[in-house]
Amino acid sequence: MIVLVDGLLWAIALALGIIAARRSRLLLRDSVREGVIDCARLIPRIMLGVVGSGYIAALLPEEVVGRWLGADSGLTGLCIAVIGGAFTPGGPVIGFSVGAAALKGGAGTPQVIAYTIAWALFAVQRLFIWELPVMPERVVWLRVVASLPLPFLAAAAAMLLGRP
Amino acid sequence: MPEAPLQRRPRKTFDWSTVSIAVAVAVSAVVVYRRDGSERFFEIFTSDFELFVSILPKVLAACLIAAFVAVLMPREVVLRWVGAESGFMGIVIATLAGAICPGGPITIFPVAAAFVAIGADTGATVAFITSWTLLGYARVLVWELPFFGGEFVIWRIVIALPLPIVAGIAARMMVSLVARRRRNEAGG
Repeated sequence: MIVLVDGLLWAIALALGIIAARRSRLLLRDSVREGVIDCARLIPRIMLGVVGSGYIAALLPEEVVGRWLGADSGLTGLCIAVIGGAFTPGGPVIGFSVGAAALKGGAGTPQVIAYTIAWALFAVQRLFIWELPVMPERVVWLRVVASLPLPFLAAAAAMLLGRP
Repeated sequence: MPEAPLQRRPRKTFDWSTVSIAVAVAVSAVVVYRRDGSERFFEIFTSDFELFVSILPKVLAACLIAAFVAVLMPREVVLRWVGAESGFMGIVIATLAGAICPGGPITIFPVAAAFVAIGADTGATVAFITSWTLLGYARVLVWELPFFGGEFVIWRIVIALPLPIVAGIAARMMVSLVARRRRNEAGG
């Protein structure tokens, strides 16, 4: 699956490169240079984000997070789920395994949905390492504020629809 | 209409956001080393370093795509489809684009920034990123499905479907609110 996604990415890059080359050689050369420079600038951040986040994640007490998301935890649990989601460090493995472990450990579905959605939307580390350096700052903060209600909306929807 | 020069954001190699993460990483690494010993410390390092190496080609592909999009994408098309005047449809289009966009955060942010630079509206951009984070198939197939199983994932996606549109509209409302306040301040 990962190979497929990688292949698709390179296929898109290649197709765009061919289109650029047919317009003009200079366009191709400039764009490639721009892309490579951007990539090189991101490398220290990726290094920090990927290699470093393992250490932050190693300190995360998974069972404790799971306990907080209990089915009876109500609105407080929901708020904890959202904050916990936002501050869960590391890559997708950590966020999803915490959520899955919580679900198995008896956490409420709405809480786990709120947790995974908050983590997907706000993961603080991703915000700092990827989004802020690359995107205009104004757009980043607007996005964060505009998405604040989403985990709660999702949890409310999960409660209304009943559990799967 | 003459095209305005492309707005490229000057990028610093190191800035406060990176520094704060670096501090958190350094502190955690020291705690792990002292608590769990050097074996665990190096175990984490090697496994994450492999991940880092596997990510690099993706980063390069994404940066190239972003650079090409910035020069190839006709500006009037971007403005018409996802520009400030694109209305509700612009947000819907951005949501669909986010859901089918391949790759992770490494890919999405440079590409989104390229679209912002050539005139995509803030609301549409917010919808695009939100849609990618919540509905992107790559993440669902590679990560979420193995951890949670089909039932939960389908359930979660159905619930998340309208959320990018909600976020996009909210962002747009905030933008016009800020603009109105600015105008009032300037006028009063």
